[in-house]
Amino acid sequence: MMKDNVENKVGVDAMNVKFSARDVQVYYGDNHAIKDVNVDILDKTVTAFIGPSGCGKSTFLRSLNRMNDTIPICRVEGDILLDGEDINAPQVDPVQLRAKVGMVFQKPNPFPKSIYDNIAYGPRIHGLARNKAELDEIVEKSLRRGAIWDEVKDRLDAPGTGLSGGQQQRLCIARAVATEPEVLLMDEPCSALDPIATAQVEELIDELKASYSVVIVTHSMQQAARVSQKTAFFHLGNLVEYDDTTTIFTNPRDTRTESYITGRIG
Amino acid sequence: MSPLILLAIVLALTVAGYVMGRQRAVGSVDDVRKLHSLPNFYGMNVAMLAFVPAVLLLAIWVIVQPLVVAGQVRGDIPDTLYETRGELSLVMSDVQRVASGLDTAIAQGVLAPGDIEGLDATTVRDTLGGVGVALGSDVSEEVLAAALDYRATSNTGDWVRTVVVLVVAVAGFLYAYLGTSGTLRARNRVETGILILLITAALIAILTTLGIVLSLLFNTIEFFGLYPADEFFFGTTWSPSFGGGSQLGILPLLWGTLYISLIALAVAVPIGLFAAIYLSEYASSKVRSIAKPMLEVLAGIPTIVYGLFALLTVGPLLVGIFGDGGILGVGWMQGGTAVMTAGLVMGIMLIPFVSSLSDDIINAVPQAMRDGSYGLGATQSETIRQVVMPAALPGIVGAILLAASRAIGETMIVVLGAGAAARLSLNPFDAMTTVTAKIVSQLTGDADFASPEALVAFSLGMTLFVVTLALNVLALYIVRKYREQYE
Repeated sequence: MMKDNVENKVGVDAMNVKFSARDVQVYYGDNHAIKDVNVDILDKTVTAFIGPSGCGKSTFLRSLNRMNDTIPICRVEGDILLDGEDINAPQVDPVQLRAKVGMVFQKPNPFPKSIYDNIAYGPRIHGLARNKAELDEIVEKSLRRGAIWDEVKDRLDAPGTGLSGGQQQRLCIARAVATEPEVLLMDEPCSALDPIATAQVEELIDELKASYSVVIVTHSMQQAARVSQKTAFFHLGNLVEYDDTTTIFTNPRDTRTESYITGRIG
Repeated sequence: MSPLILLAIVLALTVAGYVMGRQRAVGSVDDVRKLHSLPNFYGMNVAMLAFVPAVLLLAIWVIVQPLVVAGQVRGDIPDTLYETRGELSLVMSDVQRVASGLDTAIAQGVLAPGDIEGLDATTVRDTLGGVGVALGSDVSEEVLAAALDYRATSNTGDWVRTVVVLVVAVAGFLYAYLGTSGTLRARNRVETGILILLITAALIAILTTLGIVLSLLFNTIEFFGLYPADEFFFGTTWSPSFGGGSQLGILPLLWGTLYISLIALAVAVPIGLFAAIYLSEYASSKVRSIAKPMLEVLAGIPTIVYGLFALLTVGPLLVGIFGDGGILGVGWMQGGTAVMTAGLVMGIMLIPFVSSLSDDIINAVPQAMRDGSYGLGATQSETIRQVVMPAALPGIVGAILLAASRAIGETMIVVLGAGAAARLSLNPFDAMTTVTAKIVSQLTGDADFASPEALVAFSLGMTLFVVTLALNVLALYIVRKYREQYE
């Protein structure tokens, strides 16, 4: 009999584990959205979550930085360890956690402020800069990492909402890296972008992997294959298979994974 | 024929038109599906053309005929009977009373229709008194003659009206009925008819506003003919005296209006805004579903009740604190009616106004904006202060300006809570009064309507209208300019 979930053991170097999830359950009211998920997410690696719509990959992603706390009916059970510490423990401040685990959303959501203030928002809240010069430095560094500095350096006072969709999304990525997170969660960051902007964001993700652990939810299997080293396939709330991306796409062990990547279910 | 009977005939024709038009259309083809439109549309087309032009004409005729007849009869009245326009209108109302009294007398059988011509002016008052129409004085020959003329002209008009309306109704009916065939685009015609109906409704609303403004405007111009405009706008004393020699400076009233509105907004804006933030951002849906309707109950309280609250509760309370021998022992307040009393109560009245509008606006800020902020590790209040509020600000400013124009136009709370003394003072515990309250006091009572003391009410109203209009336009401008800055 085939098991619904892979066991934890994919031969992972324990030193390199960033997130470690054990028996995670997520409920929306009575709806059991995530069932018994066990997964180890590695540092300095891009991990892709793939699966059909409604399979729970975004829900699981949002439980990694406790964004699900903002949804009143949502309940998370099981252990999620970040560097060995339970993020759902009572002494953990979700606000501090989210500063460490940054997030980029599906739709670009720049604040109705200037480009500069968008980037400076996080550092200001967390007091990362001692003076204006340091803040300027953080803003420039973040915009450079977001690969958007050259396009906006002459109009930092212009509203962030006036940028094009692709620029807005890179601005949001720059905003997320400005708080110096350790992990970057991306929830379908390219679904609202055209192919050129998508290529720019993908290139950016590839660069970010040098410093961060990046987790990306995507509907595009090509994208998962292009940008990630590890891939997790979710189906109906179960984590069906988790392995090296090349293995998942060339030699999947589970028939459901194979059906999905060859386009027979989804 | 009375207009009601005429209307009934036209309605009958309409119903018949519907049935017949539908039948003619159905009968004109062998298969109902070959008709251009559904059968009902053909019926509606005939009904519409039979009903609308005729009834419209009837409505206009009913309104215009008395004006035309009165204008004509006015020419019959000799100059000797009146000196001023006011007296002429008194004579005219006598004429109309006698004319309608004669109608009543004939209807009750006291007079035969033939008797009318031979009536003696001296007995008319008694005759009409017998049928319950009381006249203030004896009827003169001239008035009787004019009344007879009035009746005759009206009767002729009524007959012409009956004929014309029926002709128009039948003509519309025949035009539409005979034009009905399977290829007639009845559906499109009905669509046009509906469009015209909607446009008419919109026009009536706009024209009424225009009419109100014009009636204010003419009286205002008349006022400025009697009283110099610069003294009105820049005068610092308000002391109307109906004996003449009034000083009608608007400044003390405008000052009172602005001062009270300012205090009201100082109360309503923070409380309303904070309530809105709590309700939209922090409250659970359970609390919200109870608290929001309760807050909106405040908006349903008639302002006169707020006025009573100001007069009976808030005023004495404030005197107990700030008055002579009060808790603070400062003696700033002489009586219960003061700017502060009215301002506080008006502020309470405006809370639901501000909170309800702001709540909607805050809710309209996309959740993505909040998620973005939470995702960066911001707390809830940081998110509200730095992301939600800036995004919602244009709408909130609009809400505040709308509340301000309500405060400026408020009357009952001021009448009962602020006193009646027009003065320029900085002390919020002094009694003052506002533009609206003075409009009431200038027009109630038996003032001569042609005197500047009464006409000033219209120019006060006009000034107030311009001020609130400017505020509303500013509010709309701000809301439109900054709306959808975020997606």
